[in-house]
Amino acid sequence: MLQRVVRSTIIDAPIERVWAVLRDFNSHDQWHAVVDESRIEAGEKSDQVGCVRNFTLKDGHHIREQLLTLDDRLHRSTYCIVEATVPLERYVATVTLKPVTDGNRTFWHWESTFATPPGQERELRQMVAEGVYEAGFENLRRHLAAGGDLRAPGSSTAAPLPRALPVSMRRVRVARYGGADALVLEDAECPPPGAGEVRVRQRAVGVNFIDIYLRRGWIPPMLPEGGTPGMEAAGTVLDVGDGVRDVMPGDRVAYLGPAPGAYCGVRNVPADWLVRLPPAVDDEVAAALLLKGLTADYLLHDLGQIDRRGPGTRLLVHAAAGGVGLLVCAWARRLGATVIGTVSSEDKARQARAHGCEHVIVTRDYRFADAVQQLGGADVLIDGLGDAARDENLAALARRGHWISLGQASGPMGAVDPNALVAKSITFSRPVVFDYVATRAELQRRAARLWAALADGTIRRPPIERHSLENVQEVHRRLEGRVTSGALVLLV
Amino acid sequence: MIRVYTSSVIDAAADTVWSRIRDFNALPLWHPGIADSRIENNEPSDRVGCIRHFHTRDGGMIRERLLALSDYEYSQTYEILESPMGVANYVATLKLTPITDGNRCFAEWSAEFDCAEGRERELTELIGNGVFQGGLDGLKRHFGRR
Repeated sequence: MLQRVVRSTIIDAPIERVWAVLRDFNSHDQWHAVVDESRIEAGEKSDQVGCVRNFTLKDGHHIREQLLTLDDRLHRSTYCIVEATVPLERYVATVTLKPVTDGNRTFWHWESTFATPPGQERELRQMVAEGVYEAGFENLRRHLAAGGDLRAPGSSTAAPLPRALPVSMRRVRVARYGGADALVLEDAECPPPGAGEVRVRQRAVGVNFIDIYLRRGWIPPMLPEGGTPGMEAAGTVLDVGDGVRDVMPGDRVAYLGPAPGAYCGVRNVPADWLVRLPPAVDDEVAAALLLKGLTADYLLHDLGQIDRRGPGTRLLVHAAAGGVGLLVCAWARRLGATVIGTVSSEDKARQARAHGCEHVIVTRDYRFADAVQQLGGADVLIDGLGDAARDENLAALARRGHWISLGQASGPMGAVDPNALVAKSITFSRPVVFDYVATRAELQRRAARLWAALADGTIRRPPIERHSLENVQEVHRRLEGRVTSGALVLLV
Repeated sequence: MIRVYTSSVIDAAADTVWSRIRDFNALPLWHPGIADSRIENNEPSDRVGCIRHFHTRDGGMIRERLLALSDYEYSQTYEILESPMGVANYVATLKLTPITDGNRCFAEWSAEFDCAEGRERELTELIGNGVFQGGLDGLKRHFGRR
């Protein structure tokens, strides 16, 4: 009776990269541990259908196999044994690769049929399944992770990778704390990634209000004078340092992290900061959305608990047409909240409404409490205004309302007197996004929820204003001047 | 002929995922974009040739006929009879393949169709990212970390 063995796995690399190795009928001695030597007989090319490869295995066996099918369109290779010192008869095997389109990975299917001498069926099935196929999966994974497929042909597999070199790039520095004119562009080099680090060729950098606080010198421990601002970016992995196994060169990624430095062309970041990008999310959208979207996620799900408070919860959002504001409006609406937003112009009011903000208050002087109280008061307040709006915020909150102080666009917020909260049993929190993505697992979970919300239409991609890195001063002026809506992105 | 191909990895055995999706009338149970569904003429929902009649959440009405169903290959092929999308000769296949290392499976959803010139990109995006990826994401969420 014919025996059949099927094994399959997922390889964390794009199909083109995996296929480049597997389509080479003569490559196995470079990556499969059971194969000691491989050569193609009669001087033929290894992609010549009909060619015969001659294997010497590590255990001393010899196998001659003939290539029967090579299909670059279906990523398929079929071959048979023509002669072997192992008792596999009528052995025909097929390797098929398919792309995993969400995540840019590869599905690898390896199957064969063969006959064996009586009584050896089980033993030989196991040898093929585990010794050849499963071991092969693991060996190829290791080969790719070590960049073995990127080495020049003929170079020894034992040789270490050439030492990575510094890469030249441009970056922005805060020459001195203060206004936007203190941002200067300069040429610099990015060194090779250290252990646990990934070097990212950045294409889009997200601009956030915190970048402005850092430039003004409001948080010196986070950004000393002369430092480079920027908390998030998206791009492609250039190379990885020792111990990094989750991403490989060529992977599309985005990151956010608690240490600034993103306003540049190439940057080393800890591998734990990275999320892989789904194909549907391009670099600009990722840079526009990652930090702001994850902020909306924890504000609504963790702090605001909108999903648990039940439908009709009144949520007050300041800067409702801003990068975070628009996302919060749409997402909160989907969770059943009644969204009340403040904006500074009629134009922004239209945008906020289009993203699900039910009641829009247009005000340039932080007057909104009466209007909010007429709607019943705010159960949850997301406040990016800060000091100038402090009394109005207290007045706008409902009994047992929760005040989330997210930013301070109007000026650094002074101390909040606990006695001011007691009148309505108000609670107050002062969060920062990085504490909500502090572990790799939590970051991945939230990012998956964000991409899913984008894919199913819960949130829409915000309007994106694109600027070049040279234009960084103007970008800061526009964000400070409250003339932008949606997200600002620097293209590198 | 336009071809759309979307694939994903779902963290559950092919048998488990198949039992959720083989019912041609079950779309509203697992696809976040589908509001309701019924099978016309009271036919069983696994009879090849039956027609499902359903609405998307944005109100569009679609009728599709089951052309092939394989419990052996975990696959389902169907054609669109009527839809607001403006596609012709639309045939799609949803198929699962077990992944032998780990309790998971490989899901593929593909379609071929014709459309008016100039609408290829828009429809590829709508069908690939909206309909197919949206559905696969629904399955991933359902079978993800439970």
